[in-house]
Amino acid sequence: MIYQGKQKIWSEYQKEIPDDRWFYVRSCIRQNFFPGSERMFMEICRNVLGKDFYETEHHTTCGGIAYHCDTIPQETVMTIVARQFALMTEAGYENYVASCITSFGNYAEILETWREFPELEAKIRELLWKACRREFNKPKYLAHASDLIYKYRNEIASRAKYRLVNKETGEPLKVVEHIGCHYSKMFPSKGVGGAEYPYVLCGMVEAWGGNVIDYPERRHCCGYGFRQYHVKANRGYSLSNTYKKFESMEPYHPDMIITNCPGCPYFLDRWQYVIAESEGKTYGQNGYGIPVFTYEEVAGLVLGYDPWDLGLQLHQVAVEPLLDKIGVEYNPEDKYKGLNKKDIMRPGLPDVLKCC
Amino acid sequence: MGKLYEELSQDYRVVEGLKTCINCGTCTAICPAAEFYKYDPRKIMDIVQSKDDAEIEKLLKSDVIWYCGECMSCVTRCPRKNGPGLVLMALRNLSAKKGWFTCSEKGRQLYPLTKMLTGNILNYGYCVYPETFKWEDHKESGPVWKWHTEHLKDNFERLGANYQGKGPGVLRKIPQESLDELKRIFDVTGGTERIEFVEQCSRKKAEEMGMDMEEYFRMTFETTSEGHLNNED
Repeated sequence: MIYQGKQKIWSEYQKEIPDDRWFYVRSCIRQNFFPGSERMFMEICRNVLGKDFYETEHHTTCGGIAYHCDTIPQETVMTIVARQFALMTEAGYENYVASCITSFGNYAEILETWREFPELEAKIRELLWKACRREFNKPKYLAHASDLIYKYRNEIASRAKYRLVNKETGEPLKVVEHIGCHYSKMFPSKGVGGAEYPYVLCGMVEAWGGNVIDYPERRHCCGYGFRQYHVKANRGYSLSNTYKKFESMEPYHPDMIITNCPGCPYFLDRWQYVIAESEGKTYGQNGYGIPVFTYEEVAGLVLGYDPWDLGLQLHQVAVEPLLDKIGVEYNPEDKYKGLNKKDIMRPGLPDVLKCC
Repeated sequence: MGKLYEELSQDYRVVEGLKTCINCGTCTAICPAAEFYKYDPRKIMDIVQSKDDAEIEKLLKSDVIWYCGECMSCVTRCPRKNGPGLVLMALRNLSAKKGWFTCSEKGRQLYPLTKMLTGNILNYGYCVYPETFKWEDHKESGPVWKWHTEHLKDNFERLGANYQGKGPGVLRKIPQESLDELKRIFDVTGGTERIEFVEQCSRKKAEEMGMDMEEYFRMTFETTSEGHLNNED
């Protein structure tokens, strides 16, 4: 086949994602802030679609955040990752899927570095043996968890109870997609659609009925910046980047934001609260913010799961205006309940940002 | 070629990240940190490829190398396939290795970062962990997070997590034998040595500044002087 021009360029960013048999590793940040998302990922892959996704209790952090906060040497993070690969090998799997974008970028960087410098891979194999008496095969295929939901997007659409459509007007919802920087900015060929036009989230939004909106700062970082957030004194950096993005997207009146990175939905959600409380400015309609979702939360919503089973009560920006636009059924009384509707109080309300 | 440059050029991230920089400044134009801080990755690349040890030493002792957010937006945009973000990581690594990070305010932040992150990894197996992510230190996380931290077990149970439980799942208790393996990895790869060296250098700096380690932690974690930002003198 002869490829020409854009078609040839585009072909470099297509991924032949294996359909089944994955070794799954979790994300430090997502387990803390979006516990319902990882649970929904496994629910969709295992129980809705009947795929084989294996997890072992023995896997740990990949060390990516510590590495990008410059607190551990490269050999340390590489050997932690080598141990994760050993767990995959011992479990009999070859396809490796990471829930975290920092991890995904970390794995991609390490595999590329080993490919270019085989002597470093040999050194890490020795260090792993010395520390843990383990050996490993490198994954045949490395994916981010959003790659899998992208791959299954049409199957999810065929089972959907709701679509990303305004039930009153029949118009597609206006959706901002935000891709985590380490998904494809370092290694564009590792991400669906590359770094310039990543398609991984657009594909989901289109399959589920929404319209992706473009805006000038679409590819700008959310502002995590690792040490620029984890050190309290530096957080102005993080806030300023989120502010820049919201000012840029505001004229396009987005209904919602979908993200594929652990930190981005947290920052895009929480900094809206800070901007509202400190500047009096809100970006949604009628004093609300623009709700920010993980891709599993959106998948769960279109499949008809209860919003409170997805963990949407842990967002600071209220999601109810969006649920009402779509027509999702929910019980407001259950939002802040514990298991079996146990009363565990409810959060205080912000002064400015309108919440439900 | 100076000795410092030689040491820097042993780092794989410099081999990968600094090939043929033409100093066009595209990295600076795209850089989120350059928009916020008095920071110019183009100049840093220029200094490193000058191989001038005196200038490189100044960099390693400065605030400037700690401004980058490691988003790697520069890697995508560089027309010569360099990675300024990778070079910055190598500079920070060398600054930590030499103990020069304590010479700058932003460099001194390596102490609280190391204590928090490596503490979480070695104690729990996670980089971020609910027990140590306190609302008091993260008030931007809002009233919802305050409520969440007051009802951690109930909320995690409600959402199907396996918080501090046996077996797989969200926020499971990572078995002690796996934590022991992490500790041995740190021991054989230089991770433990790095933690101890950062502690030792920081202790010395705290003494110089007349502080105990708790005061030093709070100062480096919470305070910043004027002059780092583009809109400050």
